[in-house]
Amino acid sequence: MQIDLLQKYKDLARTAIHKKASYGIDIDLKMYEDASEIEDYKGLNALPAEIKEAAILAGVDVSEKNRSGTYMQIDHSVIYNKIMESYENKIEIISVNDALKKFPEMEKYWWQAVNVDQDKYTANAELKPMHGYFIRVLPGMKIDRPIQSCLMLQENAKVQNVHNIIILEEGAEAQIITGCAVPPKVKEGLHIGISEFFIKKGAKLTFTMIHNWAEDFHVRPRSAAIVEEDATFINNYVLLKPVKSIQMFPSANLIGKNAKAQFNSILYGKNDSHIDVGSKVILTGENTAGQAVSRAIVDDSATIFARGTLIGKNDTVKAHLDCRGILASKNAVMYAIPELVADKSTHAKLSHEAAIGPIGEEEIEYLMARGLPKDEAVTLITQGFMDTKILGLPEMLESSIKEMINKTGKDTM
Amino acid sequence: MLTIKNLYAQVGNHLILKGINLNINDGEVVILMGPNGGGKTTLLHTIMGMPKYKIIDGQILFNNIDITNLSPDERAKLGIGIMFQKPPYIRGINLKELASIISGHKDKKTIENYAEDIDMNDYLEREVNFGFSGGELKRSEVFQLLCQNPKLILLDEPESGVDIENISLIGKNLNKLLGKEEKIKDRVKSGIIVTHTGYILDYINANKGFILIDGKIVCEGTPNDILEEVRKYGYRRCQQCK
Repeated sequence: MQIDLLQKYKDLARTAIHKKASYGIDIDLKMYEDASEIEDYKGLNALPAEIKEAAILAGVDVSEKNRSGTYMQIDHSVIYNKIMESYENKIEIISVNDALKKFPEMEKYWWQAVNVDQDKYTANAELKPMHGYFIRVLPGMKIDRPIQSCLMLQENAKVQNVHNIIILEEGAEAQIITGCAVPPKVKEGLHIGISEFFIKKGAKLTFTMIHNWAEDFHVRPRSAAIVEEDATFINNYVLLKPVKSIQMFPSANLIGKNAKAQFNSILYGKNDSHIDVGSKVILTGENTAGQAVSRAIVDDSATIFARGTLIGKNDTVKAHLDCRGILASKNAVMYAIPELVADKSTHAKLSHEAAIGPIGEEEIEYLMARGLPKDEAVTLITQGFMDTKILGLPEMLESSIKEMINKTGKDTM
Repeated sequence: MLTIKNLYAQVGNHLILKGINLNINDGEVVILMGPNGGGKTTLLHTIMGMPKYKIIDGQILFNNIDITNLSPDERAKLGIGIMFQKPPYIRGINLKELASIISGHKDKKTIENYAEDIDMNDYLEREVNFGFSGGELKRSEVFQLLCQNPKLILLDEPESGVDIENISLIGKNLNKLLGKEEKIKDRVKSGIIVTHTGYILDYINANKGFILIDGKIVCEGTPNDILEEVRKYGYRRCQQCK
């Protein structure tokens, strides 16, 4: 990529370095030191036990048997990336730093979906870059096994900035599962993750992000997708462990005819987590369709904002928001904020349903009459509410996430 | 199997059951008739220990164990099962998953066989009771009972809202649940059937019948006598026996 263009983004970023985000708690970036460089590992199985365990809890298959490729970054260092043999020449997985050097066409993607001067977090990611992944699925390639990535911080009180570029070339299909986590010794820190998705004509991407942070950890992902004609973008987000704060509002702009986007999130708010998660679908192209589904359980003293915005910019578009929450504690707070915008599109069909309520006594008692003790009945209903089927994943991936929810459920619910 | 002594129970602040005494032996199936609001459903739910139904006085013994203060799950574990008249649905949990839990994690084939018996095979992947029609709900209930295999079965209007074909299938499977396929002397399972119409008696042989009015058992007889009385006179004459 040309140096003067990169300089332009740096200059723009400098203008936004103190710009607060529209939502969420404001974070003083000076509180966190930059993450450091660490050594490479020969394979995921060679990782220290506590890091491996944290990665597994964030959905990483350390055996790599059921994955087509892997990218793993700890702190500031890309410690491992690999494409399984049968997928070579079908996918590219490299550090984004290397991609910037290697591919002149990066200028078509770099800061093209997300604005570099959106807020202080995007600005910080540009001014203090620390890798991130570049994943590209080549034209027409249908990748049957998921690509996995894992972004970790292993030192306390550090900031990790990553910038990811994901490209599905025309007619390509893939699943990406990305886990972000910290080992138990890390209590506090900040993760800033920029992800820009480009889903080209007829391509399909299911992107599933699992977060497994620490109680004093702040997280600020900034994601956006550009979806072309006949392409589909499914974005899943699963948050099951306590976090100090997370704020994100990923968006998909459906620019091409018949493009589709679906955002699904499963959120479990514990302790004093402050979770502000939204999703935005911009229905620009003809006959585009969108859906945003969220399921949230708010426990302890946690607060969850579940936002959703559908913007219809064309008469032939259709989209629906479905937001449901269970308030499991008297000290918890949930806001369900659906927003529908018909932008000069008199025939756009936009709808929403939002509901917050308790776990139904009648359902608990029904299961008790079938022999389930009350706590087991509550757990089962809760797990059912956090329905992994909404994620639209292949069975193997869905069952592993379900297992993760069940395991987390047993530990925390 | 079941002995109820002087049972008083209320829902909210309303006293519904007013001194019920009932004894059901091993292998015995009884029907319970009575006008709406008389306490039939309350009696079944109180036997099951559903929290909304509070026992004010009296005692319930199941196989000589005092279950008066036990929770529904403890009663279910002892061998009491109920077919709800209006079961709730549970989102995100499929019927197969629940059936496995209820059965104590019996193998997949056994569960599928139960489902096949009650024509629920196509519903195993569906969310529990969600979007089920009247007949499907009843079959789902019977399927779950087949998985649970209780000793005492409480059936709350098993035939209501069900077409002839489904009643026949439900009746056949309830007979199986009640051990009616065993030799008469080997039958040990018992049942209480709440019925408004008595249609279910075309499929299940019962031993006794009771009429419950205003929270009290006012009449006892053979099931046919009870049914004939209700068909001929409604509950007019029973009111006089209160």
